Amino acid sequence: MPTPKIEYGILAPVLVVLAAAVLAVLVEAFVSRRYRYVVQTTLSFAAIALGLFTVILNKDVSGRFAEGSVAVDGVTIVLQGTILIFALLGLLLIAERGFQSFTAQASTLPGSADEQRALASGLQQTEVFPLTLFAVGGALLFPAANDLITLFVALEVLSLPLYLMAGLSQRRRLLSQEAGLKYFLLGAFSSAFFLFGSAFLYGYAGTTTFDGIKLQITTSPGNDLFLLVGLAMLTVGLLFKVSAAPFHSWTPDVYQGAPTPITAFMAAVTKVAAFGAFLRIFYTTIGGMVWTWRPIIIAISILTMAIGTIIAIAQKDVKRVLAYSAIAHSGFLLTGIVAFNKSGVGATLLYLLTYGFTTLGTFAIVTLVRDAGGEVTDLNRWSGLGKRSPLIAGIFTLFLLALAGIPLTSGFVGKFAIFSAAYESGNISVVIAGVLASAVAAFFYIRIVVLMYFNDPQEDGTSVVIPSPVTAITIGVCAVATLVLGVFPQPVINAVNSLAMFVAG
Amino acid sequence: MNSLTILGALPLLGSAALFLLPRANELLAKRVALGVSTVVAVAGLAIAMNFDRSVTGFQLVEKYSWIPAFGINFGLGVDGMALLLILLALILTPIVILACWNEAEGSRWSVKTFFALLLILETMMIGVFAATDIFLFYLFFEAMLIPVYFLIGGYGSGERAAAAVKFLLYSLFGGLLMLASIIGLYVVSRDQLGAPTFDVTELQKLSLNNQTEAFLFLGFFIAFAIKAPLWPFHTWLPDAAKAATPGTSVLLLGVLDKVGTYGMIRFCLTLFPDASKQFGPTIIVLSLISIFYGAFLAIWQSNGDIKRLISYTSISHFGFITLGIFAFTAQGQSGSILYMVNHGFSTAALFLIAGWMIARRNSSKVQDFGGLQRVTPVLAWTFFIAGLSSLALPGLSSFVSEFLVLVGTFVRYPLAAVIGTLGIILAALYILIPVQRSLHGPVAPGNENLKDLNLREKIAIAPVIALIIFFGFFPQILLNVINPGAQASISALNIGPSTGGDK
Repeated sequence: MPTPKIEYGILAPVLVVLAAAVLAVLVEAFVSRRYRYVVQTTLSFAAIALGLFTVILNKDVSGRFAEGSVAVDGVTIVLQGTILIFALLGLLLIAERGFQSFTAQASTLPGSADEQRALASGLQQTEVFPLTLFAVGGALLFPAANDLITLFVALEVLSLPLYLMAGLSQRRRLLSQEAGLKYFLLGAFSSAFFLFGSAFLYGYAGTTTFDGIKLQITTSPGNDLFLLVGLAMLTVGLLFKVSAAPFHSWTPDVYQGAPTPITAFMAAVTKVAAFGAFLRIFYTTIGGMVWTWRPIIIAISILTMAIGTIIAIAQKDVKRVLAYSAIAHSGFLLTGIVAFNKSGVGATLLYLLTYGFTTLGTFAIVTLVRDAGGEVTDLNRWSGLGKRSPLIAGIFTLFLLALAGIPLTSGFVGKFAIFSAAYESGNISVVIAGVLASAVAAFFYIRIVVLMYFNDPQEDGTSVVIPSPVTAITIGVCAVATLVLGVFPQPVINAVNSLAMFVAG
Repeated sequence: MNSLTILGALPLLGSAALFLLPRANELLAKRVALGVSTVVAVAGLAIAMNFDRSVTGFQLVEKYSWIPAFGINFGLGVDGMALLLILLALILTPIVILACWNEAEGSRWSVKTFFALLLILETMMIGVFAATDIFLFYLFFEAMLIPVYFLIGGYGSGERAAAAVKFLLYSLFGGLLMLASIIGLYVVSRDQLGAPTFDVTELQKLSLNNQTEAFLFLGFFIAFAIKAPLWPFHTWLPDAAKAATPGTSVLLLGVLDKVGTYGMIRFCLTLFPDASKQFGPTIIVLSLISIFYGAFLAIWQSNGDIKRLISYTSISHFGFITLGIFAFTAQGQSGSILYMVNHGFSTAALFLIAGWMIARRNSSKVQDFGGLQRVTPVLAWTFFIAGLSSLALPGLSSFVSEFLVLVGTFVRYPLAAVIGTLGIILAALYILIPVQRSLHGPVAPGNENLKDLNLREKIAIAPVIALIIFFGFFPQILLNVINPGAQASISALNIGPSTGGDK
């Protein structure tokens, strides 16, 4: 048996980040506590930056590598680049030291004397950095996977650290741990579905590679039971990851319970990675079965939009509102899958890019609104924020308008691209549903704006803290990206469209 | 020639300057705002002098590529209708600033922000009427909501926050329906013309099948019907007008709502002629309902809130405007366009004077006034003239437009015209009853010491009253600008001369 051929250069983005993650674990073990934070942040940022650099080096690559189990093509390049940019911004938030977002020592029981001691001694753990790097590594591999096994491994490498990270919050630790556990249990179920589906597909095609499955579908058309059951289960696993209805119920709890920097990271990075895999599987592997899956995805898309927007109206916690908004956006993104045409690929990639910046920015601002006990996420206590700190409220309004898809913000460009792709494919029903859902969604975004500007501030100690440079940079970058992508999107659209091509075959 | 861009950018620069001014010096902010808007108005009139009214189609055209991937251009240009509506906005803005000199005091938000928002709104108004690219139009259409939203919510009275949100959501909902149609146009234009475009002239080359055309038409029409507002999409208007400051209401009803009727002519009729013809009779019925519904509610309010009353009269007037548009005759359309301009002035006068009355008396109820003729003669007379203009008295500006609308409707839909004429009688009721109650009769208790208009207020209202009278006697000046475009628009509809009516 010949030695497998591994193209290290082309896999470099994933390898660099995962190697850095392993190194970071060692740092955690051997570097003295005093230098750990500095070493960990330097290592993480360097790894992400190097990863980004290698992605750029790969920009003209298109092909299958590592014995066909990884596909690197224009779509992968765009997705990996997007993931790394968001990871960089997310890391900036995670590296923020001023806020005590993370528990001092995750192993202590909430409310115990140990916890008090850990807090009093000023411990600040740094395990979150290797965990983040592992998650990023998994996310980078997820949209590139060209084989069910690789896909599953990538999924787990992405998910397992996130389960832990969701439980690390310092404030309301029990809620955070509950969120982590919930995420883990439901995630384990979805992984089980995913794996079960993979087994069925293996039974159908006799191979786990996407190319083999595709070949089998094209050569022997007809609805094999194994194929249908396998695909259905695989799709459930993916829908869970993108938090589409009816597999969305973890989202609000996890978004609310997780430390806000983690929520920001998760909301942006996971969505990109999961939709990347979604695109590859639905556009290439099972593209031949579009007439079978399209009606189902249309129904799920509309249901997701409806649930996300309607339930968001009743929320009183800003992180839950944003969680339901994330669900609604998954619905909008699914219209890009429904489109199943050339424009659909570019539009979905563009939408992911615009949405990630905006959502990172919104959560970054959530970390700034605090009282003595930590973050204030109760919406009522946000009233009058526009009076107290006009700049932050103004930027938050910009992000909300972008989420609502108002013109001149990036959100509009993304929506326009994705809805026109769906319209082009003749599926006008999702476009109408999307437009109506946008109208409903506008209501709850604007409610927050009203609260900030037209209501009187409450005298309960809620205030906006002055952001430290790391958080300020994140917010600044996200705000500029939201505006520039809204006003002069042409260069980015060109870049994305010129790359948005799956490897042939 | 970048005259339109420069014209549009001036108020925006003015608002930027206002934001830089010290917060404490309110007087300076007001003077700067007045100065900027006056300069813009003069510049606008100067540009209008170069307008060649013998030519149909767009003039002062500018076009720059903006987002080629979506076929979006920064395209500006005006025809007669757009030019007049821009001028209406340019003239009303300094008047509103002067008339509402002290309106923003005591609000939650700073005075300079109020005037900065008005200037931003002026830019949006110029942009929305000057855009020849549908996407750009949509952009201004939506962006316009933001300053108005803050003007109502930040400076209004009573249920201002609720009214602002209601206004915003109604408009946004309509705007999103329009967006669905815009996406449709984008896809169809890419398929048929090879490259996507939003240029309004280019898009007329499309040939749409019936179903698509009806679908796209409805997206645009509902958005415009909400904006205009046409029954049954009107419920946001009375709330918004009541809660807003009088100055905001003037711009809202006087100019912004015209975007709806303007859009019907510019986009619905030209891009979707067959669908317009198909839905025309239904819209005629809706217009008639609007005329009567608005009139009856106005009469109902004639002992109630003055601002609500004026906004109901506007719903009735907008019914006439849409009636004229969908009669598909040149007279009807000319009348409607003229009506848009005249209604702008007469509503401006009514709202400004009503605002001064309310500020003096601290009440907006009609029954709290009475005998104003004796206490405050100038105020009473100007209100009287504005009211008469609103009921379309011959010799005042609205008469000609209402007459043209009804004549234009009569040749195609005689019955509708006859029914519409009855609306004029109701107009007499809803204007004369409140005028009689507030101006005549014995001086109501509490009104004895009301002050008459001061010099600033007189200067502000004088040009409006003068224009109402002037255009009443010389409507031809406006019609000369309007007619070529209206003729072209109707002949492009290819509907033939009036058939004498199936209705």
